[in-house]
Amino acid sequence: MSIIETLRANVGGAIDTAVGPRESDITVRLAHTNDLPAAAGALVGSCAMALATVVATDETRMPDGDFKVRYVFEPVAPGAPDQFVTLLVSVSAARLVVPSITTLIPAANWHEREMRDLFGIVPVGHPDPRPLVVHDGWPPDLFPLRKSFDGSRRVPREPAKEFPHLVAEGEGVFEIPVGPIHAGIIEPGHFRFSSVGETVLHLDARLFYTHRGLEKRMEGLSPIDAFYIAERICGVCSVAHSLGYAEALEQIAGVVVPPRARLIRGIALELERLYNHIGDIGNVCAGAAFHYGTATGLRLKESLQQMNERLAGNRFLRGLLVPGGAALDLPDDLLEDLRATLHDTLARLDNLMSRIEANPSVADRFDETGVLQRQAAIDLAVAGVAARASGVDRDARRDHPHGAFALPGAPDLRVATAAEGDTMARVTMRAVEARESIRLVGEFVRRLEPGPLLAELPDPFPGGRIGISAIESPRGEAVHWLRTDANGRVDRYHLRSPSYHNWPAVALAAVSAIVPDFPLVNKSFELCYSCTDR
Amino acid sequence: MLRILINALRTGVVTTRYPAEPSVPPPRFRGLPVLRPGAHLPPPSVCPSGALSERFDDGGRHVALDAAQCVFCGRCAEDPWAGAITIGRDFELAARSRDDMRIEVVADDGAATQARRAPEPAGDSGSEEALAAREIHSVLGRSLHLRHLDAGSCNACDWELSALLNPVYDVRRLGIDFVASPRHADGVAITGSVTRNLEMAVQRTVEAIPDPRIVIAVGACASSGGIVGEGYASAGGADRVLPVDVYIPGCPPRPEAIIFGILVALGRLEARRAAR
Repeated sequence: MSIIETLRANVGGAIDTAVGPRESDITVRLAHTNDLPAAAGALVGSCAMALATVVATDETRMPDGDFKVRYVFEPVAPGAPDQFVTLLVSVSAARLVVPSITTLIPAANWHEREMRDLFGIVPVGHPDPRPLVVHDGWPPDLFPLRKSFDGSRRVPREPAKEFPHLVAEGEGVFEIPVGPIHAGIIEPGHFRFSSVGETVLHLDARLFYTHRGLEKRMEGLSPIDAFYIAERICGVCSVAHSLGYAEALEQIAGVVVPPRARLIRGIALELERLYNHIGDIGNVCAGAAFHYGTATGLRLKESLQQMNERLAGNRFLRGLLVPGGAALDLPDDLLEDLRATLHDTLARLDNLMSRIEANPSVADRFDETGVLQRQAAIDLAVAGVAARASGVDRDARRDHPHGAFALPGAPDLRVATAAEGDTMARVTMRAVEARESIRLVGEFVRRLEPGPLLAELPDPFPGGRIGISAIESPRGEAVHWLRTDANGRVDRYHLRSPSYHNWPAVALAAVSAIVPDFPLVNKSFELCYSCTDR
Repeated sequence: MLRILINALRTGVVTTRYPAEPSVPPPRFRGLPVLRPGAHLPPPSVCPSGALSERFDDGGRHVALDAAQCVFCGRCAEDPWAGAITIGRDFELAARSRDDMRIEVVADDGAATQARRAPEPAGDSGSEEALAAREIHSVLGRSLHLRHLDAGSCNACDWELSALLNPVYDVRRLGIDFVASPRHADGVAITGSVTRNLEMAVQRTVEAIPDPRIVIAVGACASSGGIVGEGYASAGGADRVLPVDVYIPGCPPRPEAIIFGILVALGRLEARRAAR
């Protein structure tokens, strides 16, 4: 049964289907908002799909005069077609409610809370009434992503009560508050542990401390100006996010990026994965007090970042990609430098991994620590290394080909998975993927042919169009959704980062671990706060 | 264990000699944009982070670059403005005052330069390490302990701060270290534009550092708001919520640029102490 037939069979009211945003995608408009849970349940249940992102928009100044919420789903089975299915509901400005799907699809939890905070659209039946994005002292009747709200000014702080953390209670249960400012050089977030002795009973993570209002900031800008913001949503995902934004914009513009530029983008994406994965392996060693591993990982990461600077003029590869193609070429001398550096990196990585695996005290800390069950990874739509280490075979490079993978004759991607779901599995998975990235860079370099680097972009950009892209960043699939307004400027941009779906999984994996192992568990997921909080 | 020792010996010393010896960034590195006076300089709208501004008077059109706000994307040096602005490789840009980071030239009419940028105490870089050591010694007894404070950064500046502790930069050799508690710190290295959700935590952390303390704004966002700017969720820079002693431009500043900024900050601390 096709997706549309399944939806018709499960939904009481009328549905209206159309192709889009891309030619391979379907957008299904539900006549009755109350049909949403049944439709979403059918996609996740019968059609084996997962929630990719949720995008709310304020269209009160457009002909429809309403708010809209788009629930975007994607197939999860390996080998499934590259397709997004969007369930679209209209929400009346006079009655801003939608039925919640969180109890049905746990991955929708934060999406719905974010929509309530930023648009004032209430997910009726959501189990958690607490704000997510806006923190203490935010005026209750102000919604930053409504078009009527002026996002360029600061808002006075109102008196606030203490935030109600979700904690376990009972005899002998302790509460351990940690953060938002942490002891190391890391990003801010608050973790509230409920523990009995050393064992964690429950972890309530509160994030969005680094919420900068970037999606609002980008609205109304020319899509090219907004690109530089997208590139700076996250430091260590600079390539992935700039590529995702650029591909969404290129879809809107209807331009085709030249092959050489696509290969350079592919190289950049793998180099970003490489320095992240190797640095992360080193950082996990820090959690186990294995200093040789830490120092070696950091040194290898440093040598890769120095190479980034030689290639792109920036240690985070910023400035290499631009909408339409690549800003910088990779001439032969730099390619030779790249080849030599990666050859050296591979040997040193193998050496580091053999030292980790041969060290019983490190293995003892990594094995069976912070287990994420496969079913939990599926329910929360967990992405990237964390999903694959728990046996979920997903990789956006294969499932939604982008960058160099969208070229004819692109090399096959070997997606590896592990069954254990523990810290050791996540560390091992990173090493496997780092080696694969080195192989892929070689494959891409071999395919480089002389040719143009940039496609010509329209000015202005076409108005009222939607672009969607999914990029496998070092942390997993990031979904970008972009729409232009009538004048071809940015009307709405939304990023669902892999960390956004993975943070709730960290809280689950921490349960039953001991408190001193939390840094290890946390670092083995290695999530970004900045691209979650935006 | 033996293998680890052998590996360590085989690796040898990987630590940079900076600042005793200068660091030369690679040819593609994008440092401070250089504005050519009299050239056909671009309109301010070309800059995505608002670092370019212009004003008009009898001398003609004046174009200014605020290095604190620059994200070093290189867009102002692309066609059709290539030549009017070139991307330099200067990265030692830290300064004690926002005014020192403004470079203004007269555009279009070929008039003389009006660059206002105050020269930094770069001097003979060979003596910098000795200078730093001397200052650290006299003020804080051999060491400067900083607390890192993420006030809403994109994490690039944070990762560059943590790179200072890797075997290549190893700032502990200069008597500089990062500590876990503000109570143990002599100052703070703040990254990010100061988000609304962190403003209180930022203030409390800085207040917890014993006075006198150094506040170093690391990167474009902390120095000026950068590409984030001011908005409903962002204060638009560290100096909007607390006094800042030194600004380190960059998006992010490379590790050597941060080391340079910390050395600039140490001079500042000495001056403040002398004034009290």
